[in-house]
Amino acid sequence: MSALVLAGGQVLADGVIDFNVGALGRNFWSLTVSGLTYGSIYALVAVGYTLVYGVLRLINFAHSEIFMLGMFGQYATLMLLGFNPSGDVYQQGVLLTIVFLAVAMVGGMVVSGGAAVGLERIAYRPLRRRGAPPLVFLITAIGASFVIQEFVHFVLPSLTGNTLGGVNAQQPIRLVQPATQFEVFGARVSNVDLVIVASALVLAFAVDRFVNATKFGRGIRAVAQDPVTATLMGVSRERVIMLTFLIGGVLAGAAALLYTLRVPSGIIYSGGFILGIKAFSAAVLGGIGNLRGALLGGLLLGVMELYGQALFGTEWRDVVAFVLLILVLMFRPTGILGESLGKARA
Amino acid sequence: MRTRTPRVAGLALVLAAGLAVAGCADRSTTGGTEADPTASGSAAEGGGTSAADLSIQPLVQVDAEGAEVEAAGDGSEAADPAGDGSASCSGIAIAMAGALTGPNAALGTNILNGATLAVDQHNEANPDCQVEIKQFDTQGDPQAATQVAPTIVSDTSVIGLLGPAFSGETNATGPIFNQANLLSLTASATNPSLTQNGWTNFFRGLGNDNSQGAAVANYLTGELGFSTVCVVQDDSDYGIGLAEVVTETLGEAANPDCAAEVKTGDKDFSATVQIIADAAPDAVYYAGYYAEAAPLLSQLRSGGVEAAFASGDGSNDAQFVSQAGSDSEGAYLSCPCGPAPEPFAADYEAAFGQAPGVYSVEGYDLATIMLKGIDSGVSDRAGLVEFVSSYSGVGLAKPYEWDSTGELASTTTWLYEVQ
Repeated sequence: MSALVLAGGQVLADGVIDFNVGALGRNFWSLTVSGLTYGSIYALVAVGYTLVYGVLRLINFAHSEIFMLGMFGQYATLMLLGFNPSGDVYQQGVLLTIVFLAVAMVGGMVVSGGAAVGLERIAYRPLRRRGAPPLVFLITAIGASFVIQEFVHFVLPSLTGNTLGGVNAQQPIRLVQPATQFEVFGARVSNVDLVIVASALVLAFAVDRFVNATKFGRGIRAVAQDPVTATLMGVSRERVIMLTFLIGGVLAGAAALLYTLRVPSGIIYSGGFILGIKAFSAAVLGGIGNLRGALLGGLLLGVMELYGQALFGTEWRDVVAFVLLILVLMFRPTGILGESLGKARA
Repeated sequence: MRTRTPRVAGLALVLAAGLAVAGCADRSTTGGTEADPTASGSAAEGGGTSAADLSIQPLVQVDAEGAEVEAAGDGSEAADPAGDGSASCSGIAIAMAGALTGPNAALGTNILNGATLAVDQHNEANPDCQVEIKQFDTQGDPQAATQVAPTIVSDTSVIGLLGPAFSGETNATGPIFNQANLLSLTASATNPSLTQNGWTNFFRGLGNDNSQGAAVANYLTGELGFSTVCVVQDDSDYGIGLAEVVTETLGEAANPDCAAEVKTGDKDFSATVQIIADAAPDAVYYAGYYAEAAPLLSQLRSGGVEAAFASGDGSNDAQFVSQAGSDSEGAYLSCPCGPAPEPFAADYEAAFGQAPGVYSVEGYDLATIMLKGIDSGVSDRAGLVEFVSSYSGVGLAKPYEWDSTGELASTTTWLYEVQ
């Protein structure tokens, strides 16, 4: 709890920033576990930003709403399966719970993936046909983000008889009671943490293999590297763009389920915004356009944000995230792993 | 494309199988009354009540020292918006401004519904004086409110305003309403500094956070005997003001090491939970609104923090219980507002299909006071400000009489518990 003292005895920011080294030291491993958990979710969402940027040089600001739709998608799936929001935790046994979670995740993926492809069809493709300048795409993305939010806010409730959407957060459907499984250096690792990190790792590995080792992935990389030549070589640019949006959406849907495991009452029309901004920062941190960069950036941002909050105080959360971003960009303007999807690992 | 077909079919088969298994299974919850003992898997831990049975129940009425105060009458002598039915007026409206959409909309809607009930009762009884209630949505956001305020002021039929609802937006729009000399009667903005701006048109229909914060802090350390409390605040004018009073009154009991600040709109509180778990307090006090209070409480519980949870009027809404579920059991919620008496509660439920929420009674009482003014012949803005400043009468919640700054002459705080 001491202020930063500069040479000459000048005190910097006394009483404004406390440096609580003790809190960081005592909670280091717990913060690491939480940070990795939350970072995994950032990472999955960041993939959507980075892939679309890599292929289209477009920052798809509506991606946070794709994530938000994924939360509603998995929620609706659980309701269709017969679960009712009650605020209590359902006890289904481990195996069934995993099956339900997997089905809900698929539900979230379908909604998010579908929405992402739909967004591309309705909002971006007509602009591309007309050869609109990049700024128009950016503004369209921001506009689409509002449209989707307000759709869930005002239209969805009337379509679903007030069971989905609206002003308030959805009453949670809880399938998993967080319970400590084991401890790492005194940090408690819960079943929720394990599910999130494990699922995120599997998905990250799968998407990495898909982009780097399949025919479709080769198409994506080719278009990212040089759209004209790729087209000449017989790669359908439109199909690659659709595929890119689909992958980003599907991962956002998966992330949405993992996020609601951790934050059950986070399902609200405005619930994607802050997380989306953080995921976008994570993508830039790792090197936007670079798949592995997004994954690394997400994990790093999640962990550093928590360390920073323990060290400086919880109110400095966003400052820590963005100062980290600025620092990295000062020394590595293209992000930690470099920028291009095509050029980095062709 | 051809090679992919079998794989897609396989995936569909697996999915269908999963759905079939899922569809056949029983659904049982930890505390649910219909919990099926034959359901597979580990049994429920602990014997919590089902979340569906939880609600916010009044516990005790206290003064600023945390000492119990006898509850006032049953509201039978309260002012009745219907009046004697002989009022005559025309073209007069009162406005209601507050969060009607947005994450904390339940709070604004409670006030609007209470006021609407009063106006409806008035209009039904007084065929010659039909007062309109106009609603203005500020989303609870100071920025949005400053855009809405000029619209209210320029509507000449509006002679009195019920609101703004939250402290931040009241702070931001206060000068606009004061300049127009439009009565601003708030049912819920509790930041103490609001009455220190010299606004002659501003009246607060409930106690401010100085009395609420002091009362709850004294109750936590006195009656409940907690010796260490972590105070968490959000970044709203309301949360900052309330946390300051609570921290000050707690004195030694407030642990500065786990005092945390969160942001409106945040849903993940990992670091805050970690810091609080590290400090192992007896209680956690949250100064802010329910949209953040509910996830914070859930995450505290899943993070292994068993400390008592207390919060203020911003969290005192059924949505808090609905979103935090069984985690909300035992949470203490304070409010300068009183519980809804009958038959008000029954009328309210009949009209809006839900039980009255926090501030509903205040919305009803304050709208009634404005209607009394209109019925007495007041037809312009200055007249209504004049009427309210000299008003003295009993409402459903409490007696209403204001001092020169616009604060109520006497205030008490109610403590509620989720049970």
